[in-house]
Amino acid sequence: MARANSKQQFGTSFSPALGLRFLLLAGLSILLMVVDQRENHLDAVRKAIGATVYPLRIIVDAPVSAWRWIATTTTSHNTLQLENSSLRTERLITRARLQRYSALEAENTRLRAMLEARTRMSEQVRIAEILSVSSQPFRHVLVIDKGTRDNVYDGQAVIDADGVLGQVIEAGLLSSQSMLISDPGHALPVEVNRNGLRTIARGIGEYDILDLPFLPNNADIEPGDLLVTSGRGGAFPAGYPVAVVETVTRIPQEPFASVTATPVAALNQVREVMLIWSVEDRENEPQGSTQAPTTAESGNADGGDID
Amino acid sequence: MEATLTDRHVARQTPFVITMVLALMLSIAPIPDWASPYRPDWVALALIYWTMMSPKSYSVGIAWIVGLVLDVAQGTLLGQHALVLSLVVYVTVKFHLQLRQFPLLQLSATVLALLGLYQFILFWINGVAGVNAPSVTYWGPIISGALIWPVLTLLLTSVRRQAPG
Repeated sequence: MARANSKQQFGTSFSPALGLRFLLLAGLSILLMVVDQRENHLDAVRKAIGATVYPLRIIVDAPVSAWRWIATTTTSHNTLQLENSSLRTERLITRARLQRYSALEAENTRLRAMLEARTRMSEQVRIAEILSVSSQPFRHVLVIDKGTRDNVYDGQAVIDADGVLGQVIEAGLLSSQSMLISDPGHALPVEVNRNGLRTIARGIGEYDILDLPFLPNNADIEPGDLLVTSGRGGAFPAGYPVAVVETVTRIPQEPFASVTATPVAALNQVREVMLIWSVEDRENEPQGSTQAPTTAESGNADGGDID
Repeated sequence: MEATLTDRHVARQTPFVITMVLALMLSIAPIPDWASPYRPDWVALALIYWTMMSPKSYSVGIAWIVGLVLDVAQGTLLGQHALVLSLVVYVTVKFHLQLRQFPLLQLSATVLALLGLYQFILFWINGVAGVNAPSVTYWGPIISGALIWPVLTLLLTSVRRQAPG
């Protein structure tokens, strides 16, 4: 206080300079926003600032991690044994399924080779932990603890054990932000597993609802249909489960039916996520940053294919 | 002589820096879903307080830089919070002499208006950028921020009194 007063005696008025400075900064902000909205030239800036925020995230996450640590270390012997036996059973079942899967995969490769189609490459998967969720209630964004140092790239697909979670929108050095499929800004090309009907699943800001806005009234879709990624958007490898159709309301006057689906991944409960590296992706796009989270154009293009 | 001057300078900045870091941490800390629409704009509140009390030391420049950091931390459009924070701080610095004379209740009402301005510009930018959000996410922080302001100002004033300089 004393300092402010003593200074005020010297510089009597700082208002004009203040106004000028504010206008300059405001102009600069608007410029930044315009550039940031259109291109991703500012990735370097974001990464630099992001690196300074990273320690804060770790500190903020510390109580939660500590609580989890305590919870795990104090789990009783009994609970562990129960969990162990249930995991054992689950592993057996999964292995049994996997046996069939590998046979199918071999067969698929052979058939594709016969058709001279491009062979689907195998995908690499790595586990990442969630550091924090978005602090803005309407944005469904997760911060995960893997970054460009672990070869995470923008547009990379993020899944959990049950299905697709979202995609990386901003890969920092040590952590990256990934947008969930339920974010209002996210649209994902999917197809109905039963009959291959292609459409777009759009987030509406609710963890348990996806909207399928471009399905005509006579589309062959019914509640219970499984939606899987179609691989058309380029960001997601094809064939991962996304959601199960919940309601189909056909309104005679409207051109499109109102269809909602429930994501199969536990969008708001996961602690660990899996990142997918598909070998094809990396070869086609070494930059890997061409897929913007909201692709209205690709949405329309894909939606237009539907009959 | 030189060293002591720098030391005093650092000591004087410490409360401000700690407040800002805490405010940033509070604005990215995980909180339950039901509470998140009502999370106060901690960074804006802290900046309003410090720029009102020492407008010579902390002004629009600092607000802009803090805004950029907040943009990156929250994953919003780069420059969005930088713009609104420097606007709010500009108004605060412009009227800091009047603001300091206000009784607490009137000051809280002014802070409510400042936060309203802050959220309105954010809403407007989100609209231009095509980000949709339910309206409670804009109203919540304004109300909770104005309610928490008296507590915050008493706390920070006692911190400032005890700090050297």
